[in-house]
Amino acid sequence: MHAVEMKGIVKRFADLVASDHVDFNLEKGEIHALLGENGAGKTTLMRILYGLYTADEGQIIINEKPVVIHSPKDAIKNGIGMVTQHFTLVPTLTVAENMVLGETAGITLNLPALEKKVAEASEKFGIPVKPQALIKHLSVGERQRVEILKALYHDANVLILDEPTAVLVPQEVDMLFEALTRLQKSGLSVIFISHHLNEVMQICQKVTVLRDGKLAGTVNVADTNLKELANMMVGRENFGVKRQGQRERGNLELKIENICASDKKGLPALKDVSLDVHQGEILGLAGVSGNGQTELSAVLCGMHKITSGKIFAGDVDLSHATTSDVCAAGVGRIPEDRHANMVGELSVAENLILDQMNNFVKNGIMDYAKIQKNAEELIKSFNIKASAGDRVRTLSGGNMQKVMLARTLSQNPRIVIASQPTRGLDVGATDYVRTVLLEQRDRGAAVLLLSEDLEEIMALSDRIAVIYGGRIMGILPAHEATAEKLGLMMAGSAA
Amino acid sequence: MDSVLFIVGLIAAMLRVATPLIYGTLGELFSERAGVLNLGIEGTMFLGAFTGFAVAATTGSLWLGLLGAILAGILAGLLMSLLSVRLGVNQHVAGLGITLLATGISLFAFRVIFGESKVPPSIESFPMLQILPDTNPLAPITNQYLLTFIGIALIPLVWWIISKTRFGLQIRAVGENPEAADAAGLNVYAIRTRALAIGGALMAVGGAFLTLAQLGSFTFGIVAGRGWVCIALIIFANWHAVNVLWGALIFGGVQALQLRLQTQGIKLPYELFLSLPYVVTIIALTIAGRNASAPSALLKAYRRE
Amino acid sequence: MKKFTIERAPAPVWMRTLLPIIAIPVTFLITSIIILLDGANPFTAYYNFLIAPLASKSSAIEVLVKSTPLLLTGAAVAFAFKGGYWNIGAEGQLYAGAISAAFVGTILVDVPPIIGIPAMIIGGFVGGLIWALPSAILKVKLGVDEVVTTLLMNSIVLNVTSFLLNGPWRNPVSMWPQSPEIQPGTMFPQLLPRTRLHFGIILAVLVILITWFVINRTSFGLKMRAIGLSKEGARFAGIKVNKTMLTVALISGGIAGLAGAGEVAGIHFHLIDAISDGLGYSGIIIATLGGLNPFGVGLAALFIGLIDTGAQTVSRVMGVPVYLGDVVQSTLLLVTLSLFVLQNYRIRRVK
Repeated sequence: MHAVEMKGIVKRFADLVASDHVDFNLEKGEIHALLGENGAGKTTLMRILYGLYTADEGQIIINEKPVVIHSPKDAIKNGIGMVTQHFTLVPTLTVAENMVLGETAGITLNLPALEKKVAEASEKFGIPVKPQALIKHLSVGERQRVEILKALYHDANVLILDEPTAVLVPQEVDMLFEALTRLQKSGLSVIFISHHLNEVMQICQKVTVLRDGKLAGTVNVADTNLKELANMMVGRENFGVKRQGQRERGNLELKIENICASDKKGLPALKDVSLDVHQGEILGLAGVSGNGQTELSAVLCGMHKITSGKIFAGDVDLSHATTSDVCAAGVGRIPEDRHANMVGELSVAENLILDQMNNFVKNGIMDYAKIQKNAEELIKSFNIKASAGDRVRTLSGGNMQKVMLARTLSQNPRIVIASQPTRGLDVGATDYVRTVLLEQRDRGAAVLLLSEDLEEIMALSDRIAVIYGGRIMGILPAHEATAEKLGLMMAGSAA
Repeated sequence: MDSVLFIVGLIAAMLRVATPLIYGTLGELFSERAGVLNLGIEGTMFLGAFTGFAVAATTGSLWLGLLGAILAGILAGLLMSLLSVRLGVNQHVAGLGITLLATGISLFAFRVIFGESKVPPSIESFPMLQILPDTNPLAPITNQYLLTFIGIALIPLVWWIISKTRFGLQIRAVGENPEAADAAGLNVYAIRTRALAIGGALMAVGGAFLTLAQLGSFTFGIVAGRGWVCIALIIFANWHAVNVLWGALIFGGVQALQLRLQTQGIKLPYELFLSLPYVVTIIALTIAGRNASAPSALLKAYRRE
Repeated sequence: MKKFTIERAPAPVWMRTLLPIIAIPVTFLITSIIILLDGANPFTAYYNFLIAPLASKSSAIEVLVKSTPLLLTGAAVAFAFKGGYWNIGAEGQLYAGAISAAFVGTILVDVPPIIGIPAMIIGGFVGGLIWALPSAILKVKLGVDEVVTTLLMNSIVLNVTSFLLNGPWRNPVSMWPQSPEIQPGTMFPQLLPRTRLHFGIILAVLVILITWFVINRTSFGLKMRAIGLSKEGARFAGIKVNKTMLTVALISGGIAGLAGAGEVAGIHFHLIDAISDGLGYSGIIIATLGGLNPFGVGLAALFIGLIDTGAQTVSRVMGVPVYLGDVVQSTLLLVTLSLFVLQNYRIRRVK
């Protein structure tokens, strides 16, 4: 019997068809993977089921009855719970307050009674939480448990988990899988969104694969293998771009010495981080999300202050540099969040010169002819699908990233800081970005690549460092770095 | 003896001056805790002052006047909600627009109803409560308007509503993380709208206090920037209802002191003294602003993708 | 079969320019209600509002006179908003400019206009700039919200003005609360005989042209636009956000101060208490209506000047309270703001 049937779901965003006549069926009591690359439409489909988006076309059937889901409230009523990637918890409220947020009965809150109910639910489902704790004091793993318990507390019998393991260390992943298996036995159906094949094989019974917004197929895990799933996912055998051979590395270019920094909340995020990057090499920094990569990247880009330590680009001391000092020192930056670090409402041409305005100014007046020419050249050489006058906001993620690459790399930086450079990009754009990074290395630039995608790190890096809890756990030459070794280090054990 | 009289008088005046500030700030508290900075406050207080006066003057009932003011305040809150919550217009400009509109409508309607008479019309205002006999030296402090007592009593009530009721929980949730509230099945728009309506009503009562109780007449300069002081008081109070009392009393005290000194015949440039509350506010902002805990979603319109 | 859907995407450019124009009839439709409540005929009212002022040469010139300070406060606010600085204090900066100009105008005894007029311009600019300074410094150094501080600075300058006029500057002869008359050499020349149209409008048009050029053609302009659109993005690109924003805030204050200088040097020749009465707040309306574009601001200022003049005509001819002008202005602002939301949507045909 189907717990959920989705038929012919279509969802458009402007010119993009995020979900193109997708069918999806969930049996009662199964763990069903929704597999696909970034941007394949997994999250979109599930946000439709949970009422966060409304489908343009299609039908949803729950327990054999057609339903209309306009908001999460409707979804919850139909027994659907969702744990999104960005947790939907209010940080200043307690666990118990967050649990009962959607309830409307009664005027006053009897907090002690509610906390007791939450504690009972926690016991019943075997998911430990502290009802009185404020969310802002909890770790990411603990917050995820609160989210799951919240869904179950509201009598969810279908639980959607959107990339739940992306933020967890392996031990927490084990705990999560154990809990899911137990809940499955008591009748819960789970939709497990992921792009990690191994996890899918490990815990799911069925897999639905999406590619470019379209259904690529649904198979039983027992009848398939990693290779077949990978093929369904990307539509070809393997990724194209890979580092070729060992290069003679040059002089020391970027030197990071024992730097410490705090995160936005003032908690220590980087602890005594030291890294050396030489000319003509890519140093990959691997790690699970949220272990200090964001802060390290921000520090190196001149966007975040360090509390101690030193940073040198060649002979230039950048320890307390502003963004303009960093630009002037020849450091090219591909930021983690390209949306926040470009000016979306300005044109492609204007964004392309924003960090090198002085080259396009005569007596304080902009040389718009030169700016236009520069834009046209870069659009051509970086294969950007946009015209110079388009506002950057209207570009696709891949083209936006190309604008960022073009702006940064056209200045021939001697150091390149690339943070999550392929996050959210499609296969073609990903390959392109990787190729360009390798070109920079071959040109002799010192490249620091921060990525949560281990495959990417292993494909591109000459040496690989691992960060965990704000500390560097070790640095391995590429030929010694196996996925297993790196995985252990990413979970916090030293090399 | 003189100094006792002086202090008693000072405290009495302080409570009177603080009353409209308490209402206005509590009103703004509802809006801001729900995530909306309502710069319509100055105009909403003015509208409340006018509507209260006009209704009272035409019907002869002060209570109907107060009710009229409340309704007008709710309308102003709903308009702010339409603009900033439903349509997602920039909150600064929408709020200022409402202040300008509410002021303009009040002035227009005042001229239509009362004409351009030389003598400003007046009404018999609310009497002060006689809690202690007038002979008691402390009588000036205890014998205040009912609205003053209600205002002070509202402070714990608002604290209770925001921290202990379901509605308060919803307000805090939509003000801190509307995405989370939405995902939990709450209607973010409806909750913000309700908070703005309640806030508007409170602001309007603050304005109506001036015409219906304190002065008994309506003048064009009646609100005179009190709304802006409330905006600052919220920051001073760090968005907590209980601190609103201290903030309002301190500012009321400064104002009252300056009035006292003036009536004592002490030669001072009183116009400059009138600026003191604003200067103090800016200083308070500078000090409090650094570790302020504003609701995270303040100024952010919520829109589902 | 054709089907249409509405989706979130930037509307076409022609739509964006059209919106403020659509806003005008919508506004008049709404404000008809209160005209009807006053028992007047909306059509006659709007005739007196919009057409009558332009029908005679003298009242058409009066529209330009009214628009003069509005062009400047509108440009001041638009300049600040464009650079991401929410200057709500144009009203106060105008007063400060007026005070400063009145001071300059009284001390420059027997100067020729060639010295007196530039001195008044500088005086007004510096006055407005000084009044904008505290809020701007607090914003860039300590992150104090400029909306609140610029608002409060407005209230303070009103008290300062009233102190000056009732104290040190009170006219010793007439005892009127107004400053001594400024020196003839510091008065702005009349442009047309027997009208109030003065040199200030040339100054205002120049300011409009200069601000347009700065915003759209200089590297400073690109920096401030980038900051106004995304502080993070601008900072990432190496733009000195605080320094740029401070400069923007001070120039904005200075421009608002020019409006005050113009009123003193071109119209009143004294400092008086009611020198502005909301011109600075109208500047916010004008900046918004003009889409923060100086040329748009120019048109919007003329329109608001027309409404201000028209409100007096309506009041004189029909006895409708002059505050109708305020109601129309603010309604127009709110309607335009609401319509601007449509900018983010476009209608699309589904095949």
